Amino acid sequence: MTELLQQVINGLSLGAIYALIALGYTMVYGVLRFINFAHSDVFMLGAFTAFYSSRALGRWGFAGGGFLGGLLVLVISMAACAVIGVLIERLAYRPLRKRSTLTVLITAIGVSLFLQNGGQMVFGVNPKAFPNIFPSQTFKLGGLVINSNQLVVLGVALALLSALHWIVQRTRIGTAMRAVSFNATAASLVGIDTNRIISFTFGLGSALAGAGGVLYGMNYPSIEPLMGNSPGLKAFIAAVLGGIGSLPGAALGGMVLGFVETGVSGTRWSTYRDAVAFAILIGILLFRPAGLLGRNRIEKV
Amino acid sequence: MNRLSLLPGGRSLATLGAVILGSIALTLVGCKKEVSGGAGAAPGSEPIRVGEYASLHGSEATFGQSSHNGTVIAVEEINAAGGVLGRKIELITDDNQSKSGESATIVKKFISRDKVVAVLGEVASGRSLEAAPICQTNHIPMVSPSSTNPDVTATGDYIFRVCFTDPFQGRLLAEFARKSLKATKVALLTDVASAYSAGLAKYFREPFEKNGGQVVIEQKYTGKDKDFRAQLTAIKAANVSAIVVPGYYTEVGLIVAQARQLGINVPIFGGDGWEAPELIEIAGAQNLENTFYSTHFSPEVKNPLIEKFVAAYKTKFGQVPDAMAALGYDSAVVLFDAIQRAGSTEGPKIRDALAATKDYPCLTGKTTLDAERNATKSAVIITVKDGKFKYLETVEP
Repeated sequence: MTELLQQVINGLSLGAIYALIALGYTMVYGVLRFINFAHSDVFMLGAFTAFYSSRALGRWGFAGGGFLGGLLVLVISMAACAVIGVLIERLAYRPLRKRSTLTVLITAIGVSLFLQNGGQMVFGVNPKAFPNIFPSQTFKLGGLVINSNQLVVLGVALALLSALHWIVQRTRIGTAMRAVSFNATAASLVGIDTNRIISFTFGLGSALAGAGGVLYGMNYPSIEPLMGNSPGLKAFIAAVLGGIGSLPGAALGGMVLGFVETGVSGTRWSTYRDAVAFAILIGILLFRPAGLLGRNRIEKV
Repeated sequence: MNRLSLLPGGRSLATLGAVILGSIALTLVGCKKEVSGGAGAAPGSEPIRVGEYASLHGSEATFGQSSHNGTVIAVEEINAAGGVLGRKIELITDDNQSKSGESATIVKKFISRDKVVAVLGEVASGRSLEAAPICQTNHIPMVSPSSTNPDVTATGDYIFRVCFTDPFQGRLLAEFARKSLKATKVALLTDVASAYSAGLAKYFREPFEKNGGQVVIEQKYTGKDKDFRAQLTAIKAANVSAIVVPGYYTEVGLIVAQARQLGINVPIFGGDGWEAPELIEIAGAQNLENTFYSTHFSPEVKNPLIEKFVAAYKTKFGQVPDAMAALGYDSAVVLFDAIQRAGSTEGPKIRDALAATKDYPCLTGKTTLDAERNATKSAVIITVKDGKFKYLETVEP
């Protein structure tokens, strides 16, 4: 029983990170109908921004390792990633806005390779030890062990998810995002500046990826420029699993994937972890092609 | 009309021709320079080329860099002493970035383009296994500094190694677990994507179970994984008295940290894949208390050969050499000794001389290459105390 509960906690903290990254994929898909493959590298940049900014803060005498210091590092990373996301959209994707989705997709892969190899040049290829940006403590409840980092991950992920929900459902810009997602041409006809909305979406999604990178680094403190590959792929699966284009779907998909992975890893079949994850994806797509919470969209030809 | 359309065509053709001629001329100049450089020294004394493929970047970079540094010191020493067969040694190094698939390409290039007489490499068994068949088919001797998987030298009679093998290391760890740790029930956590890890796990299990030990639970992971909490939670529930992690430091660091976070305080131990300063950085010093690993060499051992090497290494690279550096050095000196004894740079002759290596004094102990082309030598056990690696004991084969 204790083992099961412990695995649930492990699954939650892994799923929360997948969910944060999956949201970025799904948001961009929602407004632009393409998969931003560079998203997982923005995630990596988030982790590295945290690495360097926490060092810099420490050097300037700002108490490193405190709770406020940790939040500051998180905010810096999110802001940096938002700027990077907007820049990527402005420089790489906007010039191709009128081209076919395939062209943009290939460009996204190019941007991803650029960031990965650029990262290897700038940061070096060797794994770096991620600093403890939040005070780390371990709590014991009976046989259960919970690390404060896991709690921070869950807390931050929940806070960001609610913030995102509020932005999309309750603010003017969120309404505009939904309008663009529904029909970009109609949205521009009623006076919505679609370019601005798309920039905003990229910024928002990239900020979430940045936060995901920081949380990932805290939980698994060894970061390197190719670290985005595996979680990026998993988050992409999570987004498809939950129904790409749907925000609650991405969050749900991330959680499902986190649970499945820990569930399988804890058994004798741990090597089949990815196989099980993909089998579930295929199963769901067979019976619900739009994903768990996705709506079937009828495409007019 | 015809002339008009022909003219620009002709022109661009001429330009193209000029460019091609130019580049040929440039290449010729380049070639000539190289040749004259060789001929500038006394005839017949152009350097002997030795190829080295290494993981200078990527996940096993710490090992690759150390091993390469050790090799460089060996080459500098031999060249300062007049070289081999009166010729200098030229070391050609290429980086496989710790990626699979690269080593084969590099070694093919070494043999066909650089015309090397022998190949040195590499630290990771999986990548040595890629290069070994190519060296074997081309009859170019290959000496691996620190690939411990037995399959590496089983590839063929041109493949040698200067380190002990995983069966020996596994037996040693099993003995250490039974005698020093008094462990009866242990858990294994193996990297299934690595030939080294899977092999070492197997060679640990057999002698351990024969001596009355029991592997209660075996969990698996794949290299580059970051989350081991699920596996460790299952291990925790199995109530073991020690955990064996025969992996590489990148994952081992995370495993140890996550195990301690989950409240697993039993000894954790493994093989020479642990040895890297990054292990302490990634895992955190206090998490590494009560952890042990076996390896080839400790700079703390008193021996004039080792003291000289440590001093040379410190002056050149500003740090204390580790086991990989020592083995990198050893692989090179054993090869140079063989070329000297062979009196020739032909592959088959070097091979025969290598096979005859007996009691050659190396940093990692006296080296004899046996009929399986493996080295028999002693091992050391290292522990971590207050964030520093500490020499614990030497184990003879």
